[in-house]
Amino acid sequence: MPTPTSDTPRLAIRGIRKVYPSVVANDGIDLTVMPGQIHAVLGENGAGKSTLMKVIYGVIRPDEGELLWEGRPVIISNPAQARSLGIGMVFQHFSLFETLTVVQNVALSIPGKLDLDPLAKRIEEVSERYGLPVDPRRMVHALSVGERQRVEIIRCLLQNPRLLILDEPTSVLTPQAVRKLFETLRQLAAEGVSILYISHKLDEIQELCHKATVLRGGKVTGTCTPAEETPQTMARMMIGVDLPACSHGEPEDGGEVRLLIQGLSHATDDPFGTDLKDIHLEVKAGEIVGIAGVSGNGQQELLRAISGEEPHADKRAVRVCGVEAGHMNAARRRGLGMCFVPEERLGRGAVPRLSLTENILLTAYRKGMLFAGLIRFGVAKRFAEECIKRFDVKCGGAHSEAKSLSGGNLQKFIVGREIMQEPKLLVLAQPTWGVDVGASSFIRQSVLDLRNSGTAVLVISEELEELFEICDRIVVIAKGTLSPSKVTSETNVEEIGMWMSGLWPGAKTQGEATHVA
Amino acid sequence: MDLSFLSSILFATVVAGTPLIIVALGELVTEKSGVLNLGAEGIVSVGAVAAFAVAHHSGSPMLGILAGMGAGMVMSLLFGISALTLMANQVASGLALSIFGVGLSAFIGKPYESIALASVQPIRVPLLHRLPLLGPSLFEQQGLVYFSWALIAAVSWFLYRSRAGLVLRAVGESPVAAHAIGYGVVRIRYQAVLFGGAMAGIGGAFLSVFYTPMWVEGMVAGRGWIALSLVVFATWRPLRVMIGAYLFGGCMITQMFVQGSGARVNIPAQFLSSIPYVATVLVLVLISRNRSTIRINSPASLGQPFLPDA
Amino acid sequence: MWLKFEQRPEPSKVMTYLSPLLAVGLMFLSGLILFLVLGKSPVEGFKVFFLNPLRDSYGVAELFLKATPLMLCAVGLSVGFKANVWNIGAEGQLLIGALAGGWLALHFEGSTSRLLLPGMIVAGALGGMAWAAIPAFLRTRFNANEILTSLMLVYVAELMVSWLVHGPWKDPDGFNFPQTKLFSATATLPLLLAGTRVNVALIFAIGALVVGWIFMNRSFMGYQMKVAGQAEFAGRYAGFSAKRSVWIGMLAGGAMAGVAGISEVAGPIGQITEHISPGYGFAAMIVAFVGRLSPIGIFFSSLLMALLYMGGEQAQQYLNLPSSISKVFQGMLLFFLLGSDVFINFRPRLVRRRK
Repeated sequence: MPTPTSDTPRLAIRGIRKVYPSVVANDGIDLTVMPGQIHAVLGENGAGKSTLMKVIYGVIRPDEGELLWEGRPVIISNPAQARSLGIGMVFQHFSLFETLTVVQNVALSIPGKLDLDPLAKRIEEVSERYGLPVDPRRMVHALSVGERQRVEIIRCLLQNPRLLILDEPTSVLTPQAVRKLFETLRQLAAEGVSILYISHKLDEIQELCHKATVLRGGKVTGTCTPAEETPQTMARMMIGVDLPACSHGEPEDGGEVRLLIQGLSHATDDPFGTDLKDIHLEVKAGEIVGIAGVSGNGQQELLRAISGEEPHADKRAVRVCGVEAGHMNAARRRGLGMCFVPEERLGRGAVPRLSLTENILLTAYRKGMLFAGLIRFGVAKRFAEECIKRFDVKCGGAHSEAKSLSGGNLQKFIVGREIMQEPKLLVLAQPTWGVDVGASSFIRQSVLDLRNSGTAVLVISEELEELFEICDRIVVIAKGTLSPSKVTSETNVEEIGMWMSGLWPGAKTQGEATHVA
Repeated sequence: MDLSFLSSILFATVVAGTPLIIVALGELVTEKSGVLNLGAEGIVSVGAVAAFAVAHHSGSPMLGILAGMGAGMVMSLLFGISALTLMANQVASGLALSIFGVGLSAFIGKPYESIALASVQPIRVPLLHRLPLLGPSLFEQQGLVYFSWALIAAVSWFLYRSRAGLVLRAVGESPVAAHAIGYGVVRIRYQAVLFGGAMAGIGGAFLSVFYTPMWVEGMVAGRGWIALSLVVFATWRPLRVMIGAYLFGGCMITQMFVQGSGARVNIPAQFLSSIPYVATVLVLVLISRNRSTIRINSPASLGQPFLPDA
Repeated sequence: MWLKFEQRPEPSKVMTYLSPLLAVGLMFLSGLILFLVLGKSPVEGFKVFFLNPLRDSYGVAELFLKATPLMLCAVGLSVGFKANVWNIGAEGQLLIGALAGGWLALHFEGSTSRLLLPGMIVAGALGGMAWAAIPAFLRTRFNANEILTSLMLVYVAELMVSWLVHGPWKDPDGFNFPQTKLFSATATLPLLLAGTRVNVALIFAIGALVVGWIFMNRSFMGYQMKVAGQAEFAGRYAGFSAKRSVWIGMLAGGAMAGVAGISEVAGPIGQITEHISPGYGFAAMIVAFVGRLSPIGIFFSSLLMALLYMGGEQAQQYLNLPSSISKVFQGMLLFFLLGSDVFINFRPRLVRRRK
């Protein structure tokens, strides 16, 4: 048996293959990580990154292939075993329990007796050493996303991992918080910990990673040293073609106000929610306004208040196309000319088990699809078919279930359904979240075209790059309050990033800034 | 009102509340793992008839309890196969279990309908049973009454002090996250379901072997459903289950005393008999109106099937 | 080797229809085993239970008679079940419907008005709706779980029937039996076929199936119910009222159960007694599920369920078994159905367990 030396890879994987009934998620993947190396795994949504990490962490079993841990072949059959080998994982969608405290959450992944006091002390020690401040006694649901991520990292570090896997760790952080995270990761690497860093953000990978393995369609399409590459060359490896660019056009000046929010305040009755405080916002015809912010700062609540999914008593707080609409439900607001693309596609924007035709009915029924309370399925079907054609939705046809579509295609369908209703005001939440590059740029272009034809557009997104690419003005939401707006060309990522911590000029919530970061 | 009357009311209240405590605590543990088993009524019924049959044939009440427990576990295993392994709708699976269990108990119990068991002598707690008022009502009780008290302590300790309890709550909170960090969600849920079944079976045994002691079709009379409501009433906290169970016990007993007292009350017996059911509805309304209490205390994944992605 | 279920990319349409048949097959099979365990000849048992009831035209007529209340309740419940509104108190709604309509019959005893019978039917429907409105109100106003409240109200309804037939409504010339006077001819549903007990309620039931089919498959409101049941947040996103779904779901179940109730007391029973329904309201839930919540399916599954009721009576008479055996069969049927449904979304695969 070879003894691990610094030339022995910490982890080497050979020919990993994982097949699901509808897709080959991993197809013969090789990857090698050295001790102390920060190794990027780069790929689009659906390239197979998450599946590969779950294989390494023992959450799912590969159909073929082998793993070598410090030179020795191993079969990792569950996460506990992975942890005992020295593998830690920070999940993209955090695997924390909201109604438990931080220390209870950590205890769940540490074997042995339940002894919370000494554990809380150890958490404090680690959090101090690596600059990851967190209070072990707090309930997780009261933590910001940034804090939750720290809890996950600390949970891994407590077990002295020799390989740390981070799955899209920066998608929930402000640019400033990303920099702090990178410092922590570099410190860990310097101590000899190997890091697998999963991301689709090319600039971050260039800044942080020593090596990169690129995946596309479940296969490795290349390995490289990011420092020697450009974002363009890596993008080509990642998506196979050059990054598509959008054609912008100019925003219309002095269009009428289509969405006006004045003094909207709302105390949420969801114990895990965020209160909205005195929100003011206007969106005019022919412009795209973006709302930036770290998730969990009131985006959900604001969206529900705008869409009418949660109508409020004060009808003057929200005006749609000049009509007081605060008290109206979503259907009545649609009647005023507002359309809405929600963040969750399955289960909110579309009913998973209904056909695309039936999903058209969900919001577009006003387009002549009803007669005396009965449904005119023929009209709905033609609408669906046109939507599929115009928005290039890849599916089996209008009779396909929404569930059977890929994320990108379903999103194109939903965006198409809303745009085809010719809205005066379109609201989109995370329009390209989890969508492949091709569909993303198609959706962005559709939104830009819509703006150019005189529609008012509001986009809420956690992806700053996206907002900077398509928006004419940007506002920031933090702790349930909204910042003043900035014309996109007159600001930059750095400034908006600061604002995302609640630190804009005249902000009332200075003291809570650290809580957000 | 003299002391012995008060004492006998208290005694009867405790007796009437005991099966509710046992059944509800079992269900509480099941629900904490994220599984809603609406089959309690059926499990209690089958547990009661199995316990009665075994106690009758063997002459041993203890064997009766074990039989009730075993029958309850077999019944809940049926639920587990349907709702956990085959991932069927939990509500429908629970209803199926209730309908099936009530029917099965009537079917099995037919030959036993006109038999009475000898009543089982209570267990006196040394010294304590001499206390005035409380002594005869609390400390000259059936063993299962003491068991129900121990169960409250045990379940509280398990849920809030033990590692296994923490894991159970974690599974109920987010099965996906629990699976991701390596816990066998389905296995843990099976254990919780079986525990719930065992307790419901014991609750049934208490009814048919100790409480009445006989078997009549329909004798469970909705106690399984009331126990389910108690879990909501208690907002998933063990100690509150006890409070609720004795409140209900008090309801049932008071109406029985009024009916049995021969007092010239002009209230039809059926009105008095409906009190526990109406009270259950009222209690559900009072507790449920505060959505955020329910949201914080109820297991977040309650009723949702879990499919591991391995 | 062990059995593993693997998710299908798309749910199998074939299995959607095959699974109830599989469940029925499994029920027959376990019926044979059950008879064997009970020391009866399985062939004889099967014959007595499943074939005897249908050996003559009177038996077939009885089958439709018993299927009628099941059809009515099930089609009403299915509307709610589609929207995840779990009304499990149809039994109570049935009883209150019987009381409401029966009250008219007793109050206008001897009336020859042609309006009496239609009035009774309407009163039955309203009575059932009123009883169902309680859980609907408590759910929409106070967020109280309708499963538990509707079920509790079954016990209350049973006690109410018991009180009335023992007390205020007891037939003074009835030798102290707990029952009301027999309804007069004008307050009794006309028979469809002389020599049988099948009455016009069967027409109501089939009408209800047709209306139910149109509502669920063609109307926009039915579509909204479906959305509410499958994806609550999509319903809210679309702006469909969740409360309205609860109300419609509960009231549809209550109305149909009420009609079933009055059809029983103004039909085969002819008076109000303590035994109006042998659990039709509960069995109807099984009927609804086995019928895939679709009116066409419900038509067939209600006939099957009626057969189970009749089989139980036959088994009591000829095999000396308690008639509650039919409830055992009913419960098994639902279990087998829920189990078989796994094949709609999953396919079984034998895999080798890894070390």
